[in-house]
Amino acid sequence: MDKSKWIEVYRTMKLIRLVEQRINDEYKYDEIKTPIHLSIGQEAVAAGVCIHLRKDDYIFGTHRSHSQYIAKGGDIKKMIAELYLRKTGCARGRGGSMHLVDPDVGILGSSAIVGGNIPLGTGTALASKLLGNDRVTVVFFGDGAADEGTFHESLNFAALKKLPVVYVCENNFYAINSHQLSRQVGDNIHKWAQGYGMPGYQVDGNDVLEVSDYAEKAISRCRRGEGPTLIECLTYRWKGHIGTVDDVGEGYRPKEEYDYWVSRCPIKRFAEFLKSRGVLTAELEKSIDREIYELIEDAFRFAQSSPKPSPDELLDFVYAE
Amino acid sequence: MPWTTVQVEKLGNFFITGDHTGDRVLTYRDALHEALDQFLARDPRVFIMGEGVDDVAGVFGTTKGLKEKYGANRVFDTPIAENSMTGIAAGAAMAGLRPVLIHARMDFLLLSLDQLVNHASKWCYMFGGKVPVPMVVRTISARGWGSGAQHSQCIQGMLMNVPGLKIVAPATPYDAKGLMISAIIDNNPVLFVEHRWLHKTTGYVPEEVYSIPIGKGMIHRKGEDITIVAVSYMLVEALKAAEKLREEGISAEVIDPRTLKPFDEKLLLESVGKTGRLLVADTGCKTGSVASEIAAIAAEKAFHVLRKPVRRVCCPDTPTPTSDVLEKAFYPTADDIFAEAVKLVKE
Ligand SMILES: Cc1ncc(C[n+]2csc(CCOP(=O)(O)OP(=O)(O)O)c2C)c(N)n1
Ligand SMILES: [Mg+2]
Repeated sequence: MDKSKWIEVYRTMKLIRLVEQRINDEYKYDEIKTPIHLSIGQEAVAAGVCIHLRKDDYIFGTHRSHSQYIAKGGDIKKMIAELYLRKTGCARGRGGSMHLVDPDVGILGSSAIVGGNIPLGTGTALASKLLGNDRVTVVFFGDGAADEGTFHESLNFAALKKLPVVYVCENNFYAINSHQLSRQVGDNIHKWAQGYGMPGYQVDGNDVLEVSDYAEKAISRCRRGEGPTLIECLTYRWKGHIGTVDDVGEGYRPKEEYDYWVSRCPIKRFAEFLKSRGVLTAELEKSIDREIYELIEDAFRFAQSSPKPSPDELLDFVYAE
Repeated sequence: MPWTTVQVEKLGNFFITGDHTGDRVLTYRDALHEALDQFLARDPRVFIMGEGVDDVAGVFGTTKGLKEKYGANRVFDTPIAENSMTGIAAGAAMAGLRPVLIHARMDFLLLSLDQLVNHASKWCYMFGGKVPVPMVVRTISARGWGSGAQHSQCIQGMLMNVPGLKIVAPATPYDAKGLMISAIIDNNPVLFVEHRWLHKTTGYVPEEVYSIPIGKGMIHRKGEDITIVAVSYMLVEALKAAEKLREEGISAEVIDPRTLKPFDEKLLLESVGKTGRLLVADTGCKTGSVASEIAAIAAEKAFHVLRKPVRRVCCPDTPTPTSDVLEKAFYPTADDIFAEAVKLVKE
């Protein structure tokens, strides 16, 4: 990644972290009446990938999509308003946390069906090919989604048609409480790619520079019309699967495992790197935090003061005009 | 030759009259082909994908030669992966294209329900109208010649329960062309239900491009004593039955809803208001069928005008048998419609 983008990537990761923490803090007031899946700990993946995307490129996310929405440049006010299920939300209160959308920046919607977004992103990539444009699609999904048929069917098709799509697996080792090794043989996800006829890589998903390097290559490969790539990013979620619970040491995830991954915090690591290079000063760090804080304040104020949909709108949008 | 073709070739050539006039006679199959051909030519966003759509048989002739004419980017074969292919078509639609996806058997459509039901049909609502999914899913039900339990299902009834999905089931060549065009133009996922036995049906079809409004049924035959609503292929059986009923002195009004969802309630209620009797014939199994839904609409909104209980003529609630003897017992025909109608009017 070009040096000039370092601070932007850092800011994106920080923005994701702070938005997620604020959601975490507000959740207890029960005004965000929708299931949430926080990405704290996984910020480097979305940030490292999306930095290389253009506004008109597409992404498709999952139930855990706050990070991707933010990294792709989705409108934060509309995102928070959606979490509050307000009329001003990005999906007008019909979607909630798991269904974020912002077509203006290529976010065509996220799916809460595990693996469900993989064909859709393969389809937008097909459209790019049929229309002869160079728009790239990135599909984000978890290790759990690699269990699904849609993952395998879509990779096969994308390779067959050389579609401009990058499959980014955020492997946080768990699908709810089920460990990857109780669902799949070995560390397999990136290896499947080869069988389907595309490059597949396993990268340190907590190292934003490494994620970004692989993503950059994969995305330019797409732009050159050379076809899809699978990037498996090893990472870890800090919070429990859903909501704001901490599930560590309660029979689900071992404390040592959690501590290990927290010690490898992607933001801390990158900040240290940037400081060692003299790019991030204490002053700059503070001013970024301040700017983000304002933005988040604004977004929550906007959301909390926005109207809810009215009951007479219930049947709107079942069909498009 | 696909085995259902063996069966279809044995069928008589049913000629549909009354929905259109003119001097240009086409089969249902050729009417579909013409609609697809004309829209591939007119609209660069339209493309066709599905298993075997570019092979020599061309989905029973309905896509024959289109790949040669429009190229492999517009008409192409797919892997045998119905669910993802449906999602891929939906994704392409979200990005501004107008895919026509084909499942040569309705049974295979079942493998795609996640993408069709959870995704394509919900996308518009779930995102507050921001991302429409304009796609057509053609699905063809077969019947006869030992098609058996996994190659003959008519599951349109199941899919009536899916918000956001439109379902059309044209029975005549004129409607097949007009509704295919409407389905392509529509900004929503439209399930296009075909029946293999209709492909050979002939009728008047104009050459020019025309559309038939989705959500509007039509009266195929006017009558006074009983309303027969016939879904898809059952229209052919119903028209035969109506002719026989006339000989019995019974005047049957035959309605083809053409669109199953959204359903043309007005047309149904007006007709039942006049006749006071309702028989519904559907190609699927009885429980949870389209006929059930139509009967429910009548019970809810026309109870006061009904003079007799509503009757449904459907397949029984059993998987389709393969034995030719059992198959014969399984499928309702014009005779069953006739017998039930006589009971309704005379008893
Ligand atoms: C088809 C389907 N099956 C099951 C679920 C329930 N479910 C929700 S999230 C989840 C785990 C997904 O794990 P993964 O793909 O690794 O994503 P992560 O939550 O770790 O980000 C499951 C099983 C679902 N939403 N969809
Ligand atoms: Mg996971």
